[in-house]
Amino acid sequence: MIHSLFIINVSGDVFMEKHWKSVISRSVCDYFFEEQKKISSPVDMPPVVATPHHYLITIFRNNLYFVATTTTEVAPLFVLEFLHRVVDIFEDYFGECNETIIKEHYVIIYELLDEMLDNGFPLATESNILKELIKPPNILRTIANTVTGKTNVSCTLPSGQLSNIPWRRSGVKYANNEAYFDVIEEVDAIIDKNGSTVFAEIQGYIDCCIKLSGMPDLTMTFVNPRLLDDLSLHPCIRFKRWENEKVLSFIPPDGNFRLISYHISSQSIVAIPIYLKHYISFREGKLDITVGPKQTMGRQVEEVSLEIPMPKSVANCNLTASQGRYTFDPVSKVLHWDVRKIDITKLPNIKGSISLGAGAGPVEANPTVTVHFVINQMAVSGLKVSRLDMYGEKYRPFKGVKYITKAGKYQFRL
Amino acid sequence: MTDAKYFTTTKKGEIFELKSELNSDKKEKKREAVKKVIASMTVGKDVSALFPDVVNCMQTDNLELKKLVYLYLMNYAKSQPDMAIMAVNTFVKDCEDPNPLIRALAVRTMGCIRVDKITEYLCEPLRKCLKDEDPYVRKTAAVCVAKLYDINAQLVEDQGFLEQLKDLLSDSNPMVVANAVAALSEINDSSPSGVPLVEMNAPTINKLLTALNECTEWGQIFILDSLSNYNPKDEREAQSICERITPRLAHANAAVVLSAVKVLMKYMEMINDTEFVTVLTRKLAPPLVTLLSSEPEVQYVALRNINLIVQKRPDILKHEMKVFFVKYNDPIYVKLEKLDIMIRLASQANIAQVLSELKEYATEVDVDFVRKAVRAIGRCAIKVEQSAERCVATLLDLIQTKVNYVVQEAIVVIKDIFRKYPNKYESIISTLCENLDTLDEPEARASMIWIIGEYAERIDNADELLESFLEGFADENSQVQLQLLTAIVKLFLKRPADTQELVQQVLSLATQDSDNPDLRDRGYIYWRLLSTDPAAAKEVVLAEKPLISEETDLLEPTLLDELICHIASLASVYHKPPSAFVEGRAGLRKALPARGEGGVASSSVETTSAHPSVIPSHDTLIGDLLSMDLNPVVQTAAQPASGFGGGHVDLLGGGLDALLDVGGGGGMSQAAPPPGGGGLLGDIFGLGGGDQSGATVMPKVLWLPAVKGKGLEISGTFSRRNGQIYMDMTFTNRAMQTMSGFAVQFNKNSFGLLPAQPLQVPAPLTPNQSCEASLPLNTTGPVQKMDPLNNLQVAVKNNVDVLYYACLVPMHVYFVEDGQMDKRVFLQTWKDIPTQNEVQYTLTNMSHSSDSVVQKMQQNNVFTIAKRNVEGQDMLYQSLKLTNGVWVLVEIKIPPGGSVYTLSIKSVTVDVAAGVYQAYENILRS
Repeated sequence: MIHSLFIINVSGDVFMEKHWKSVISRSVCDYFFEEQKKISSPVDMPPVVATPHHYLITIFRNNLYFVATTTTEVAPLFVLEFLHRVVDIFEDYFGECNETIIKEHYVIIYELLDEMLDNGFPLATESNILKELIKPPNILRTIANTVTGKTNVSCTLPSGQLSNIPWRRSGVKYANNEAYFDVIEEVDAIIDKNGSTVFAEIQGYIDCCIKLSGMPDLTMTFVNPRLLDDLSLHPCIRFKRWENEKVLSFIPPDGNFRLISYHISSQSIVAIPIYLKHYISFREGKLDITVGPKQTMGRQVEEVSLEIPMPKSVANCNLTASQGRYTFDPVSKVLHWDVRKIDITKLPNIKGSISLGAGAGPVEANPTVTVHFVINQMAVSGLKVSRLDMYGEKYRPFKGVKYITKAGKYQFRL
Repeated sequence: MTDAKYFTTTKKGEIFELKSELNSDKKEKKREAVKKVIASMTVGKDVSALFPDVVNCMQTDNLELKKLVYLYLMNYAKSQPDMAIMAVNTFVKDCEDPNPLIRALAVRTMGCIRVDKITEYLCEPLRKCLKDEDPYVRKTAAVCVAKLYDINAQLVEDQGFLEQLKDLLSDSNPMVVANAVAALSEINDSSPSGVPLVEMNAPTINKLLTALNECTEWGQIFILDSLSNYNPKDEREAQSICERITPRLAHANAAVVLSAVKVLMKYMEMINDTEFVTVLTRKLAPPLVTLLSSEPEVQYVALRNINLIVQKRPDILKHEMKVFFVKYNDPIYVKLEKLDIMIRLASQANIAQVLSELKEYATEVDVDFVRKAVRAIGRCAIKVEQSAERCVATLLDLIQTKVNYVVQEAIVVIKDIFRKYPNKYESIISTLCENLDTLDEPEARASMIWIIGEYAERIDNADELLESFLEGFADENSQVQLQLLTAIVKLFLKRPADTQELVQQVLSLATQDSDNPDLRDRGYIYWRLLSTDPAAAKEVVLAEKPLISEETDLLEPTLLDELICHIASLASVYHKPPSAFVEGRAGLRKALPARGEGGVASSSVETTSAHPSVIPSHDTLIGDLLSMDLNPVVQTAAQPASGFGGGHVDLLGGGLDALLDVGGGGGMSQAAPPPGGGGLLGDIFGLGGGDQSGATVMPKVLWLPAVKGKGLEISGTFSRRNGQIYMDMTFTNRAMQTMSGFAVQFNKNSFGLLPAQPLQVPAPLTPNQSCEASLPLNTTGPVQKMDPLNNLQVAVKNNVDVLYYACLVPMHVYFVEDGQMDKRVFLQTWKDIPTQNEVQYTLTNMSHSSDSVVQKMQQNNVFTIAKRNVEGQDMLYQSLKLTNGVWVLVEIKIPPGGSVYTLSIKSVTVDVAAGVYQAYENILRS
């Protein structure tokens, strides 16, 4: 089970530690630092490191390392999932999770960690329950507490903790009852030099923001549920009904949560929303890239940006972009082009010259371009919600479904 | 307002300031002060000096303050045990509080205070809380039992908490069940015996399955993990459990998914219904693929597990090749794992895609990754024959890039391709030769030299090329030196006319100027071969090489099966059984259930039972015995004289010492040691007294049958000669190939038995030849109690593999020469040893006189202290001492003319009695 947690920043300060069993000296982090010395980029930190007496299981998020130590055989995924959950909860409480925020809220964070694990066993990890136990900070409450002498720790047992629906607290009340669903699809793709798709898949999510009073029981049906053959469900969803009727039936948690995530695999045909026309030659020192939309069902492609990590030997780029702005960082050698919207009548283009550093050898490999984009009001897989019904409560809620397609890891090999 | 204010300090000194604030009358000020203390604690500052002041704040109605004080207590109680006692009263009171939150908090905190004195007070409140009406308190109490067990296991057992915990398995609340399961499995893990505390049976399983659907995601992980330890009694039960678990595959929590996969993979083994298995297999693929779209850390663990799954059941992911394609911004640890799996999944159907991907990777920037990609291309060529040509073409393209490390890797793998497909791609040799100068890594140089030597007849200037290498011979890595030697000899045998000078030169370099015994010995062997019988030399050096295996670095099937049982655990990340790396882990090992009807239950129970059988299964010793690499040794060094040893296996079976040091030093003039040299050596040692003293030597028994030993048969016995223990063995080669490179190691054993010198077996051992070896042993090694006591686990390595067997060491070889006790001391010791340490045995069908018993035993270092005659019976009192200093006192009753002797054995360590009795039996019957 999880023994201790250390939070370490990229410069190697252990600025927070929490022990759930006996105290482990922070010198155990030296093994972590040793490992850290071997890697070139912070993201390359190996997730599992064995030391003579402990195992260090690490995640890297928001430029921070969260290092859990364990002494016994334990499922590493359990630890990893838990660590990610910890960060999620911090983000949920404080809006974001970085070193400053953590330092500002030491005591709450300590209380939270203590509430989340007991002797290494997860205790309460649902944000709904935690918020009942420990109120998230806000200025109004802090002032009120100072005046009245109250605290932000609740004296009562969270009602959801032991019910059959631990994810929802009872007695929820809203003046406006609303339920919003965002169908978000991220396209992961690798497209080779010739423009043919090496690999493409869709990672989809339905994220919800639900503010409904009482105990609403929702059902969601899809026009084309057959698309969803590989999905992960929030525990609130009744699995049997999904299996038999392809209906999502659930009593939702209160607030923001991810209802399902699904995966449309590379075996189905995945639409490719954007193409690149490119010419790059380091020998001639030329670069010419045009971006164009493809298979977007007429929707506008927005927030387009390109990121090109240039080979080390490139000294500078002198380019002109037909729209948007470009920057080239001579240290990290990353060329960044912020394109914004794509105008179909005049496709965005960037071209110009690349200069190699003096004495640099031949360039071995062409770079890979990572493209970001957002297309609103479209789910690239074609998934569509057909109905959303509510049972169990009398009022009529306001319902909304939004579709967004984004680039996930969307890469062109030049 | 933020907590940052808690860090502001004043000039007077922080601790002093805090102290006065903690003792303030104002509640508000107190609370702020405690917060400051906690804040200092979180960053690792030592605030233990404030212990009494903080504890004083404990009695409060304010829950937040209480919690904060509890947090402080958990951290520092250990360092201030006496002070911590002050808190006990409040805890006990809080355990009675009407608010369940406070009751739970109190019992939870008490369990975290790792002070023995406090745990005594904990028992009563804990007992109550385990039966609390509120499930929140019960589930907290369940975890508390595990905490307490960690502090004081005996106490938990004595107080019957384990029973109470087991009762919680049938609690009405699923969360309580889940926590009880978690607590029990943690206790199980840490209990020294490793015997499962809870007998998993159908009703328990049923309860767990019910709770599984209703408890939290974390609880599901614990329940699934304990389900994976259960062996269903028949196929139908396995099927029904599988059906109930399958929905977990759609869970959002990756850990739940992988734990479910583990259970399914295990149970699938015992299901014969192929249709059911097919359906299940189909259901397993999507969740595994989904794991790969999670965070990179999760991906990594998933990939390590998928690596195992793919080896066990390649069908599951055979259509999913594309998800393993590498994205350029994947972390390096993900990239390398993906690459590995791509090769495992490569088949004729998808090889084109795979190759073009690999080629793409070979132009990336990360050197490690590029190298692995190039190697992967070579592995594809060897694995998928149809693709070999394209792979070779790809490799040639890569060599044209002239990127140094790419070229070197490519040459290493091309060497393997040549071996796999002889006489097919030699046309590219000229291209390879162009890059000769750029090679600076030993492995690449050695590979290139091998290629030149092997194809010397087709390379016109082979002699020049090799000669150019020879110039810096002394500075080369030994791998390259060995290879160069062999290559030049090959060249000489193929083109004797114009290379005589070259071969002379290399032989003299190898034999006279080198300090490396391997090189010297190989040089001498060649020299002698060439000078005595060139035809034989040709046969040896240019012999047909055995084919290399298709899949490299596959896990051994037994290990793989064991790891499948450990999917989702650390073992699956390391690809090693937990016993190899988890501290204090008892010999409990998991095995896949046996497939088939009937007998399933019994056999699987046996494999998971706590005590390992006397002869451990093949893999059991791996890891803890030799901590050797688990990769199966690629069979390349099979023909020692000619073999180019794959990667780094060198000529005579590698770094594992021994072997040729004996004869090698001598030089040309000395004749090779006669076969059985080792045995001879043993005889010399043995001559002194062994036979004269008449010590009993048991006849040799078969230890390792040829079937298990990959063709090597070992029989042997133990003897004691001149105060030294010997292991006398007969090695017989029943395989078709010669064997060499013998070495031996022992596992830790009860008497710390250890080889006193390296094993000396005359090598090579040709097929059907057998030889004797006598290995002197001493008893200075690490000690670990075995069952039975005289069990010894041995690993023998040769060029084929590492082989394991276990044998029983006859106890009497441990009897030392100075085992004679003074009469009075004997009498006193006999009295001092309590009677419960006395064990009685009978020896039947004996026909010795008491005098011959005395004499026979004397020869084996059992000394007769006194002899009495009581009512016609002869009573002998004897003493002996074991190598580890344990004295054993024996009384033998020999009735006149009777054939039944009664043996009473007394010793402080009663465990040895059985062995001593066995020794008497052996000696007197010999």
